[in-house]
Amino acid sequence: MTNKTLIQISDELSAGQYSSREITQDIIADIRARDAQFNSFITVSEELALEQADAADARRAAGHAELLTGVPFAHKDLFCTQGLRTTCASKMLEDFIPPYESTVGQRLLATGAVCVGKTNMDEFAMGSSNENSYFGAVKNPWDLNAVPGGSSGGSAAAVAAGLVPAATGTDTGGSIRQPASFCNLTGIKPTYGRVSRFGIVAYASSLDQAGPMCTTAADAAVMLNAMAGFDAQDSTSVQQDAADFTAELNQPLAGLKVGLPKEFFGSGLDPQVADCIMAAVKQIEALGAQIVDISLPNLELSIPAYYVIAPSEASSNLSRFDGVRYGYRCDQPEDLMDLYCRTRAEGFGKEVKRRIMVGTYALSEGYYDAYYVKAQRVRRLIKDDFARALAQVDVIMGPVAPTPAFDLGSNTKDPVAMYLEDIYTLSANMAGIPAMSTPAGFVNGRPVGLHIMGNYFAEAKLLNIAHQYQQVTDWHLQTPTSNTAKGA
Amino acid sequence: MALENADIENIAVLARLQVPATETSDYANSISSILALVDQMQQVDTEGVEPLSNPHDATQRLRPDEVTCDNQRDAFMAIAPATEEGLYLVPKVID
Repeated sequence: MTNKTLIQISDELSAGQYSSREITQDIIADIRARDAQFNSFITVSEELALEQADAADARRAAGHAELLTGVPFAHKDLFCTQGLRTTCASKMLEDFIPPYESTVGQRLLATGAVCVGKTNMDEFAMGSSNENSYFGAVKNPWDLNAVPGGSSGGSAAAVAAGLVPAATGTDTGGSIRQPASFCNLTGIKPTYGRVSRFGIVAYASSLDQAGPMCTTAADAAVMLNAMAGFDAQDSTSVQQDAADFTAELNQPLAGLKVGLPKEFFGSGLDPQVADCIMAAVKQIEALGAQIVDISLPNLELSIPAYYVIAPSEASSNLSRFDGVRYGYRCDQPEDLMDLYCRTRAEGFGKEVKRRIMVGTYALSEGYYDAYYVKAQRVRRLIKDDFARALAQVDVIMGPVAPTPAFDLGSNTKDPVAMYLEDIYTLSANMAGIPAMSTPAGFVNGRPVGLHIMGNYFAEAKLLNIAHQYQQVTDWHLQTPTSNTAKGA
Repeated sequence: MALENADIENIAVLARLQVPATETSDYANSISSILALVDQMQQVDTEGVEPLSNPHDATQRLRPDEVTCDNQRDAFMAIAPATEEGLYLVPKVID
């Protein structure tokens, strides 16, 4: 049952080859048998999943099944799940059981999808390697010495290992696309405001977006159809009817104008990654696209601007963890100040504390204009760069990350070195445009993703391009050798 | 901009984080290197550029002032570390 696409499982459920209960039981058994080596799950949700599976089977028997009815998936462990603990990979929320369900979770449950568990991640989504987790690092199924990427590294590893056909992720500066690239998946960060943030533990609210991580573009389109849409509960949700993201999948690419920004192919890019990307671009050209050289002159500024805006918003968002209303509380506080300071010092990990302090500093009296407002002005320059480029071309392509997955432990000593890994992904969050990764080859056995960025609300176009590329390539169908060892 | 240990101590108070003395210099070093990275943007001329706080330049959407959900006090208090008779317990604030 593993290594099947989401659509394949949906078809097989429809054909009555097995019930949702059967595949859910198989998947949970498979996670228990094989996940110790990847550490991709924090919580397996057997009881709730089987209840959901039985409900899905009853719904199918009654003739009301939809595409996702009975199909198992996993949630990144920052989507609040009612009655199922939601840790954010933090000691702060180790025992937090949300009293409500995120909008994305509600939408997926409403289609009858079955949540089998919660995946590991960088604590509070802060990281690019999934090494900042209270529950331990995640290993890349393609190479257990490599990171899976971050912050949605558990979701990426779980899908790549064939444990689940799809998982949710969130992307604040690349946290869906970079792990998708490192683990050979299709992952899309939608336009800012497309998917509700309600019930997703906030990191940087003006940048956060949720999206699916799957094997194929067609699967991602089906998942996004369930996840996206206006939500009155999220004040930044865009009041626009969600499109059918599967509608354009089969359109030909003839006449498509693809921009290649020279800044994505500079000296920091691994030449072998560049070769993979250029080979993919050539194939897309062969499908009828026209390739145009473009420039995004302010790309490099996305790193400094992001590392002001994201920590600033995080320092504000994470002020809610005070040891009073929910989450961790230190023992024997002497007074209120001691309660706050020790609860937060003991509950948060090092990178989270570092970013809270950077943000606190940037927002403190006398520095606000020089840091936060300055970064917001730079952010507009980046948005304007994309507006100019996307007036010339339909989509922009390049690498997702400068290298394939790096070794575990290789970037943990120097936070700045880790931040520089995000160079190609941050700008789409700064501008709020949709962007995705689709598998495009391997370097020394480690996957490489092709980055496709488009204009606001152009998710269907991006998925169309990825789908057409996946019709003429089989990178996305490659699976790690560890997957063949499984029993199912 | 390089931060001293005293700056870290001050930021830690503002951020409500207890930072042990043994970790202060480590934070001073790593946060200084982050600020050095961030300071690259100070070279850029942004005169006349409007700050961007929402990618769609959207403003806060208001809703009608109507009751939209029931009181869920019991559900929310059930997950608190310490409560008593519908109140959250904290250490004594006023002597």
